[in-house]
Amino acid sequence: MKVALFVTCLADVFFPDVGKSVVQVLESQGVEVVFPPDQTCCGQVTFNSGYWEDSKKSAKHFIEVFENEEYIIAPSGSCASMIRLHYPKLFEDEPNWKKRAEQVAERVYEFSEFLVHVLGLEQLQASFPAKATYHQSCHMGRGLGLINEPLQVLSKVEGLQIEPLPNQEDCCGFGGTFSVKMPEISVAMASEKIKHINESGADLVITSDLGCLMHIGGFAKRQGNGIRMLHVAEVLANQKG
Amino acid sequence: MSMPNQTFRTRVSEGLQDAYRRNVVGKVQDYFRAMRNNIFEELGNVEEWRERAAQIRSHTIENLDAYLEMFSENIQKNGGHVAFAADAAEANRYIQSVAKQHEVKTVVKSKSMVTEEIHLNGALEDIGVEVFETDLGEFIIQLDNDRPSHIVGPAMHKSKQQVAEIFSKKAGETLPADAQELGRFAREYLRDKFFRADMGITGCNFGVAESGSVVIVSNEGNVEMTSSLPRVHVVVMGMERLVPSWEELDVLISLLPRSATGQRTISYATAIHGPKRENDLDGPEEWHVVIVDNGRSKLLGTKYQQALNCIRCGNCSNVCPVYRHIGGHAYGGVYNGPIGAVITPLMENLPEWKELAFASSLCGACTEACPVKIPLHEYLIELRHDVTETSEDTWSERMVAHLFGTATAHPSLYEMGQKAARLPFLSSAAGPMKAWQENRDLPEPAKQTFRDWWRQHKGGER
Ligand code: SF4
Repeated sequence: MKVALFVTCLADVFFPDVGKSVVQVLESQGVEVVFPPDQTCCGQVTFNSGYWEDSKKSAKHFIEVFENEEYIIAPSGSCASMIRLHYPKLFEDEPNWKKRAEQVAERVYEFSEFLVHVLGLEQLQASFPAKATYHQSCHMGRGLGLINEPLQVLSKVEGLQIEPLPNQEDCCGFGGTFSVKMPEISVAMASEKIKHINESGADLVITSDLGCLMHIGGFAKRQGNGIRMLHVAEVLANQKG
Repeated sequence: MSMPNQTFRTRVSEGLQDAYRRNVVGKVQDYFRAMRNNIFEELGNVEEWRERAAQIRSHTIENLDAYLEMFSENIQKNGGHVAFAADAAEANRYIQSVAKQHEVKTVVKSKSMVTEEIHLNGALEDIGVEVFETDLGEFIIQLDNDRPSHIVGPAMHKSKQQVAEIFSKKAGETLPADAQELGRFAREYLRDKFFRADMGITGCNFGVAESGSVVIVSNEGNVEMTSSLPRVHVVVMGMERLVPSWEELDVLISLLPRSATGQRTISYATAIHGPKRENDLDGPEEWHVVIVDNGRSKLLGTKYQQALNCIRCGNCSNVCPVYRHIGGHAYGGVYNGPIGAVITPLMENLPEWKELAFASSLCGACTEACPVKIPLHEYLIELRHDVTETSEDTWSERMVAHLFGTATAHPSLYEMGQKAARLPFLSSAAGPMKAWQENRDLPEPAKQTFRDWWRQHKGGER
């Protein structure tokens, strides 16, 4: 089986280890990974800020780069939901592009979703002794309906104990440009999220969205609270022995 | 629904500073979350209920003109008077004229958001009429010259101590901060107003088109007194508050209390079918129903039409993390929370209220919680799109968006941009990420991007 990796802009620049981990996990499952080098960004930033014409440019480029791939994997619930839920809507007035957008939308998978629903992942050679909690990002949970999938794959990691996170469905306050446009509100939300993380008693937070990771982690760091955060793929890529 | 003389930013920071309110709202939200889950489970298939409710509302709004006609004909058959008001001024003028005609000196009011929207109290006071809010929350707000902070719990932001102070001023003696005592004061204070009032004014949760009835739900029971004791009863309602028949009402009235307060049933549901008839023991001699447009019809036939499906349960506020932290006043309009952020700009005007569309992290909790399935957070994205199309002062942002769009369509440009993201300028005190940097650290850009790593390790492969 061959999949195309969409690494997403945040992962490319700030968290390349996430991309490497995805590659490693998929390859360990016998999947061939390709990386279309012309890929850029899904266009979510401009979409959520209201600049749909600019977003369409990103979307068209994405479609051109990926439309011949059978499986497109993104290590980000929010980028996957942008492509799946919003691309078709963006092209409401351009039937030809709408069709192409729908085809791409059907082929895009969030990482853990792909592992569970396409690969039927049975076993992993992963071990991660830690008391962790899982932060369910809004686009993963409410957007794509992927609530159990990350937990399912994480349950296969040896030594990893998942503690429940109080008010787990609450948004962490990232919200893309929201975090810059409404910084006071965004930070108030992050601060409450951190309170709940502390209450969970976990010493590691695992998530499926790098935006949340950057926001929660960045705020915690500024507060002098070194919360350890990792993407699901990084945990799964931690080899046994 | 006018903008208070404060900027959105000021209102937000005031909201964030109100520790008491933040604590209360947080607790209320957490409590409702637990309650609602149980109460909704009991209904059986929640999604089917929501779907049915959404269908009922959409059908009604799609055929609003026909149902409004049916509704008003039936009201008249039952001996009531109907008035359509295009805007606040028209509604107020009509109600003033009814008051003058009956030489009304005192008005008691219960359960009406719309009257807040049209500033009816002020209009009545202008002609020398005394107005008394009789629902506890509204009563507190009125005495304190404040504004409601929640659709269902208007005085949620006030502590017992604050209420005691407000009441003490009115009582002329110091009242203890005790819920029982304060409740007793309000009841006693209002009791003779009920009997003295010449006119009662209420809102309307649902108008039943097939019978011309007005249905009002409440927890305090004041509606009965407000609508039946005074000689004249005036109902003021938004033009969208209709259901075709009692059958549909049944569905919506099952969802409303469950969504609003996690209650299985409401304490009181009052259905009014017209003025007092010959053999009736009580009821008003004259019954008026004022149907208010005030910006609502602007939504008809637009992509935002479903916002008119709202049944004002307040559940979107009960789950909204932004509301949780900034509180209802920060929204500036009469309708707060996610639904307020959607309808205030639509019913009034977008440029003046454009910040509301951006006051959301788009987490989607509101959309998920809405019993009539209004796509609230998607509407906020649509509104942002409308803002960028219409507003003129976002030039620099627009340039960034254009550059971004262009770069993402050209891989080499994009890669240059990705490299530039590592330049210190971007994250410096003057750079575009300044707002981020004030409170959060940015991660260090990695030494090698993923794509460079791929090139190096998988070189040759694509
Ligand atoms: S938008 Fe939905 S959840 Fe919010 S008040 Fe209206 S009906 Fe209730």
